[in-house]
Amino acid sequence: MSFHQSLGSGIVAAEGGGFHAPGPGSFELPPVFELGGFGVTKPMLLLVLSAVLILGFTIAASRNAQLVPGRLQFAGEAVYGFVRNNLARDNIGSEHYMKFVPYLFSLFLFILVNNYYGIFPLLQFPSFSRIGFVIPLAIISWLVYVGTGVWKHGPLGYLKHATMPSGVGGPILLLLVPLEFFSNILVRPVTLTLRLFGNMFAGHLLLILFATGGAALLTSGNLLYGGVGILSFALGIGVSFLEMLVMFLQAYVFTLLSSMYIGEALADEH
Amino acid sequence: MNTAIQAATEEAHNPLVPVFSEIVLALIVFAILFFAIRKFVVPNFEKTFAERTQAIEGGLSAAETKQAEADAKLAELEKQLADARHEAARIREEAREQGAQIVAEMRESAQAEAARIVEHGKTQIEAERQQAVTSLRAEVGTLATGLAGRIVGESLDDEARQSRVVERFLAELESDGSTTSGSGVN
Repeated sequence: MSFHQSLGSGIVAAEGGGFHAPGPGSFELPPVFELGGFGVTKPMLLLVLSAVLILGFTIAASRNAQLVPGRLQFAGEAVYGFVRNNLARDNIGSEHYMKFVPYLFSLFLFILVNNYYGIFPLLQFPSFSRIGFVIPLAIISWLVYVGTGVWKHGPLGYLKHATMPSGVGGPILLLLVPLEFFSNILVRPVTLTLRLFGNMFAGHLLLILFATGGAALLTSGNLLYGGVGILSFALGIGVSFLEMLVMFLQAYVFTLLSSMYIGEALADEH
Repeated sequence: MNTAIQAATEEAHNPLVPVFSEIVLALIVFAILFFAIRKFVVPNFEKTFAERTQAIEGGLSAAETKQAEADAKLAELEKQLADARHEAARIREEAREQGAQIVAEMRESAQAEAARIVEHGKTQIEAERQQAVTSLRAEVGTLATGLAGRIVGESLDDEARQSRVVERFLAELESDGSTTSGSGVN
């Protein structure tokens, strides 16, 4: 973290202490209130709120479901059908996919809502820029697909299934088996975590930078700086739209990869 | 400087190092979310999907059944129509035959009746003629007698007179010599 510190202090020094550049510290929010000596922060509240929002929406959309859906039910069915058919069924196969639909549906909505906090006015904080929230999801996905593989092929069978490419024999296996084990068993949860966390972290950092930087430039009193500040705001708006895409894509990719891993674990061939 | 120091202490936390309480919270929240969705949301959506699929498939098969029924009914109706036409033609033909037969029968019976009437008439005429002949014969007798009586000049009613007449007649015959006997008889 010496790099961040030196970068931050360098900018602080250049601005004469007026501008505090956003950095990893921007994600360390002070507790909103204390609960039994335990600091409750804004991301924690947002995480709980997301569960309330998702359950409220999905239960309202699916309760009293009619054959001819209303607007709310149609919206709920669109999201549910997307996860169920496009993600779960297409990747897992029509035999076993229904067992995983509740997990994948919860996962998709959970990530989607928490990501979109990042551009929601007033909330403006993507929960998954805190890596502590992402790790449990990646671990659960890992447990689900490894557990599925073990259930389908048995412990040793799954190990062979996951690490031995079919149609390959001989000494090359000495090289391939450790590689496959590394990439299929060890790396996957890490990449799942880092991909989501990194995108949310970097996106939010970018947005803060454009917003706070633009504000600092506008209020600097220098006319030229002010013009750049306006440009900074304009770019910030553009980046916000990019972020809207990224937020959806990350939720989609996390869910898609989870279902692909499950489908792979269930497959008969490697 | 105070803010800078604060920032430096905040930045001392590596963003890649998770906070334990956040992991626990995320696990709890996601577990609640997952179990609630599995229990309350997914079954409802699945139920609706299944019902919808069934409604569509049922509707299609019902439509097929209805179509088949309609086809069968149409075929049946056409068959009935053809039967009815055939039947009508048959009845017409029968009626024509019957009509012709009735006309023939009527003609025959009319002829028979006519013949009967003619026969009857003939018989009656014959009988009446016979009667007329008989009564005429009697009448002629009486008339002849009457005429003869008148001609004779006296009634021939009683026997005395008759005999007298006869005597006189005979006398006249004798006296005259010429006779007109048998004029009143026959």
